[in-house]
Amino acid sequence: MEAYKRVALARKKSRPTGQDFIDNLFTDFIELHGDRCFGDDPAIITGLGLLLDMPVTVIAQERGKTTKSRIKRNFGSAHPEGYRKALRQMQLAEKFNRPIVCLIDTSGAFCGIGAEERGQGHAIAQNLMEMMGLKVPILSIIIGEGGSGGALALGVADEVWMLENAIYSVISPEGCASILWKDASKTKEAANCLKLTAQDLLELQVVDKIISENHRDFKNVYRELKIGLYKSFQKNQALEPDQLTQNRYQRFRKYGAIESRSE
Amino acid sequence: MLSKGLFKKPKNELEAQHRTKRKTDPVIPSELCRSCPSCKQLSFTSDLENNFHVCPKCGHHFRINARQRLNMIIDPDTFVEQHHELSSSNRLAFPGYDEKLEQATLFSHENEGVIIGTAKISDHKVALFVMEATFMMGSMGQVVGEKITLIFEYALKHRLPVIGYTVSGGARMQEGMLALMQMAKTSGAIKRHSDAGLLYLAILTDPTTGGVTASFAMEGDIILAEPEALIAFAGPRVIEQTIRQRLPKGFQRAEFLLEKGFVDAIVPRSIQKETIKRLLTLHGIPKGGDQNGSI
Repeated sequence: MEAYKRVALARKKSRPTGQDFIDNLFTDFIELHGDRCFGDDPAIITGLGLLLDMPVTVIAQERGKTTKSRIKRNFGSAHPEGYRKALRQMQLAEKFNRPIVCLIDTSGAFCGIGAEERGQGHAIAQNLMEMMGLKVPILSIIIGEGGSGGALALGVADEVWMLENAIYSVISPEGCASILWKDASKTKEAANCLKLTAQDLLELQVVDKIISENHRDFKNVYRELKIGLYKSFQKNQALEPDQLTQNRYQRFRKYGAIESRSE
Repeated sequence: MLSKGLFKKPKNELEAQHRTKRKTDPVIPSELCRSCPSCKQLSFTSDLENNFHVCPKCGHHFRINARQRLNMIIDPDTFVEQHHELSSSNRLAFPGYDEKLEQATLFSHENEGVIIGTAKISDHKVALFVMEATFMMGSMGQVVGEKITLIFEYALKHRLPVIGYTVSGGARMQEGMLALMQMAKTSGAIKRHSDAGLLYLAILTDPTTGGVTASFAMEGDIILAEPEALIAFAGPRVIEQTIRQRLPKGFQRAEFLLEKGFVDAIVPRSIQKETIKRLLTLHGIPKGGDQNGSI
């Protein structure tokens, strides 16, 4: 399938959002709000829930479904307080030895005056650094759109999975076309060049697993995720914490490492 | 616009040059004067060079390349460069990227957008990275990410502080997700260096944006900035297009970040070496070791 078709599918309005995944993957979910510094960011939902019989910390980006909820959720584009809220929950997960599930679906971290004033770059950077050292298992799943740094800020994990029709990209194809070629009509070409589909990213080892989807019915997706998450957490919880963080470091260390370079 | 004072100085300078060079061919630098982008006043290139490439009239910091920067802060001839040979390849076969890399290499005289190595600053041993703006605007691809990771790993192994100068347009989109992954990779290396109790001093210069701001630029134990440097996650043009408003003057400049609490201090070039030296001393970084800065 052409890359741009995947982009359209990933952004489709009828596609399940973070909240749908929370409802279908976990039981007894309790949402916990706020970053304790500035406010609560509705673009990221954080809380606790049961994955079968295992308590887990859940962090999900939420785009919203209706116009009203999309505005409330800022279309899934988080401010720094959203990333700080996520980090606070992740640090609590470490304290209470709970695995962490991150559900990624955002066109990117928000670009605006408030976001810059409150240190969007700083908030993302802190998440990258701290997630690298958390001594509990982390699994990130790209469920829709994985938009650059705003997605990666929840994507430093032991394993990164991706739904079949999700995309994960360094820049939106629109942004790439307008910056590189000063021509917004080249969006489709840009989508191809950026290698943003699940299949491309599996080949580049940016993601570890593709969850196949039948996009009319997500039941199979939820079932596969539930079992997969549970097994992965069981496996990673058995590791020594130092081994776990060592594996996570090596997972990201490999990109562009000298040994793998062709010349 | 051309004031009286403008002609006074060049006259002397030229005369002086003329007198000494009369017997040989006259040597006139190709770029005798530069106009300051901030106050529009002309200054002699030689005056600028003697003044850390800072406008003597208004204090504007001209953009300079990585090696000029390095020579301003380290003890002479102490830099030992590492991994100079690393250069990028077009792994995603991105259209036009090969040509861009070739041009950037010719234009910048560097193999990639950052140089790394060890040196001495007032006899303190340090590891350094300095980004190069003339190489594709210091954008971060796999090689930039790898070199920064390598210097933090080296510094961890040899228990050295890292001094890092950033200038970058962000992640290099021609390398796709492999460029974005460098944000996580470098952050991991910094985390390890930090957990070992070692110092990382970041100095942000104009402009530091995008994926570099959202990773190693903002991960310093101490973050300094050059006066008026643009420091942003999303650049001003992107924000103006998103919110469709003009941004206030001084928005995302170093002074603005200082006010909002995201940088520790603004340090002009003229006192950078002294400031770094003082911070190294205050952190108990040892002096001495062999002459060439290697360990």
